Amino acid sequence: MFSFDLLLDVVVAGILIGGFYAAVSLGITVAFGLLDVVNIAHPAFVILGAYGAYVANSRFGLDPILAGLLGMPVFFLLGMLVYRVYYTSFEKRGEESLRGLVFFFGITFIIEVSLLLQYGVDYRSVEAAYVGETIALGPVDLPFRLAIPFAVAIALTVALHLFLSRTFYGRAVKAVSQDQLALRLMGASPVRIKALAFAIAIATASIAGALLIMIGPVEPSVGREYIGRVFAIAVLGGMGSIGGTLVAALILGVLESLTSTFYGPSWALAVSFGILLLVLAVRPAGLFGR
Amino acid sequence: MMRHGKPGIRGRLVPVALIVALALSGAAAPAALAADPIKIGFGMALTGALAGNGKAALIAMQMWQEDVNKKGGLLGRKVELIYYDDQTKPATVPGIYTKLLDVDKVDLVVSGYGTNVIAPAMPIVIERKLVFISLFGMAVNEKFNYPYYFGIMPTGPEPLTDWSKGFFEVAMKQNPKPKTVAIAAADSEFAQNAAAGARQNAKKHGLRVVYDKAYPPPTADFTPITRAIQAANPDLVYVAAYPPDAAGMVRAAHEIGLKPKMFGGGLVGPQYASLEKALGPMLNGIVNYHFFVPAPTLKFAGIDAFLKTYQERAKTAGVDELGYYLPPYAYAYLQILGQAVEATKGLDQKKIGEYIRGHEFDTVAGKVKFAPNGEWAKTRVLMVQYQNIEGNDVKFFEGPGHRVIVYPEEWKTGELVYPYEKAKR
Repeated sequence: MFSFDLLLDVVVAGILIGGFYAAVSLGITVAFGLLDVVNIAHPAFVILGAYGAYVANSRFGLDPILAGLLGMPVFFLLGMLVYRVYYTSFEKRGEESLRGLVFFFGITFIIEVSLLLQYGVDYRSVEAAYVGETIALGPVDLPFRLAIPFAVAIALTVALHLFLSRTFYGRAVKAVSQDQLALRLMGASPVRIKALAFAIAIATASIAGALLIMIGPVEPSVGREYIGRVFAIAVLGGMGSIGGTLVAALILGVLESLTSTFYGPSWALAVSFGILLLVLAVRPAGLFGR
Repeated sequence: MMRHGKPGIRGRLVPVALIVALALSGAAAPAALAADPIKIGFGMALTGALAGNGKAALIAMQMWQEDVNKKGGLLGRKVELIYYDDQTKPATVPGIYTKLLDVDKVDLVVSGYGTNVIAPAMPIVIERKLVFISLFGMAVNEKFNYPYYFGIMPTGPEPLTDWSKGFFEVAMKQNPKPKTVAIAAADSEFAQNAAAGARQNAKKHGLRVVYDKAYPPPTADFTPITRAIQAANPDLVYVAAYPPDAAGMVRAAHEIGLKPKMFGGGLVGPQYASLEKALGPMLNGIVNYHFFVPAPTLKFAGIDAFLKTYQERAKTAGVDELGYYLPPYAYAYLQILGQAVEATKGLDQKKIGEYIRGHEFDTVAGKVKFAPNGEWAKTRVLMVQYQNIEGNDVKFFEGPGHRVIVYPEEWKTGELVYPYEKAKR
């Protein structure tokens, strides 16, 4: 069964799906890794993004990626609002740990039920000329359904990395995760910076949702399938490291792909999480954590 | 000023009136009881992974309730459906049925949708000796052997093997004859049962199994699995999968150019309009099970009127817009229960159970007769090949023509295009 071509194909498939995992996990990396906000509702926001792309695609014929990009400002504002409520109700009072978790759990349900009431429970998908097409590069087949999400995910990762490392606000976001008092002494408001960063994290869900619905059909509760995986990626990458998130997502994608093909898909997740445990045993801060 | 002494005529009449009123109320009690509705209880997947089907089933069941009540109900009593959302979670089922029986005091119970939620209800219905008609359960009674279990799914008396029997029988009649098979199935009770049946059928036909793996439900991409299957180079690829996985598998197979001689079998998903539209021409050539498709050979009494009403309601409910898969059967299993209640003139579970076991029923899903194990006496799992689909429009799936029934002979509407590669075009 083993052949070099097959190995190459499988590794490429893993890299492609890993790119998508990175897009979904970036929001968690920012919220959980940098801001210490355990936003377990992030996959639900991704589903919301997927439905946004579905509506834009089915009603207005918009390309799903374009729909995801256009949805980002809306999601940004939504993120601002959610963080304000979270801050006022929980973080400000020092009750963010358990009650904050319940808050995001509640948001997950609100999003799911709202989608359920509005769009029903049928599976939804998008149409685009490139979905279903494949391009052959030598021995490797690149399905556009996966290659485009990969390219968009890389672009998103690079953009977020540049924002955090090159801009004033980006560096302020990094600073807020390290020393809020020092940030205050510099005249910046940690709450405003955190709201901005959280809003950016939620904005990534718009584009990640568009990628998700390109890969496969969605229904309102499908986001639950991704909770474990995205948190694992954020932790493996090293809480708060954007580059680390991409590397961790690619590692998990390739490992899952290799295990699925050569050993059996049932073991794919077990092997991935086994590697996660192993890495954490050696490097508790994750691959790129400090 | 108050008067004391002998009570007046009004005072003497009050106790008499009370006694008469009490007597009347006592006499009226049986009449009130007779007017109480007959309660039918069930859990149903209204949220969660199978909610699409669960909600569609509920619409069909409510249509039956309305139709029956319009005709005066059952035994002269209105019918009331009492249901709870099982969230597609088997763990919720024992609690739901206990509440239905002990708190809501339902008269009859039926199952929710799917094997995974039917099995957890079995211990309760067996303990209480209740008739239990299940909706699309896969070989649920195999281990329980409960005499009053009846399954409304046309798999046949040997559900494990009947499910995939047609796929293999059709394949073995082709030239060149297939010699190898790959089996991929989700890690769930239904899919594993289907895969077990496929293994038995493969063995019966002397096929060599060259790939046999299960995959976990949260699989995002099926490319690695289809590549592994391609590397094993099987003649047949039998897949047992739930909707999102089925779509993922079909897309991945299409993208990598999987070229077996036949592909499909147990894909749950291409029976729904939404996934049929989403996959469109990618379905061409796939041979898959169906329980009903609009075809001249499947003109059952009442099915057209049922589908017309269902499709009108589905538009606003956000469920399967065509409703060919589950809804007719969700209507039919209540038809069977209703016919049995009327025929036995009561709610005696034993009498109802014996009646269902011994009779044939006319339903919108055709004639139904049960085997001793509670499954259909004769299999009617259709093997359908998608042919000549040129786009993603629902028009390709509304009427006959593009889903050609290739098995069983009795219901056949056309010939299989073989191999898969030829039919894909």
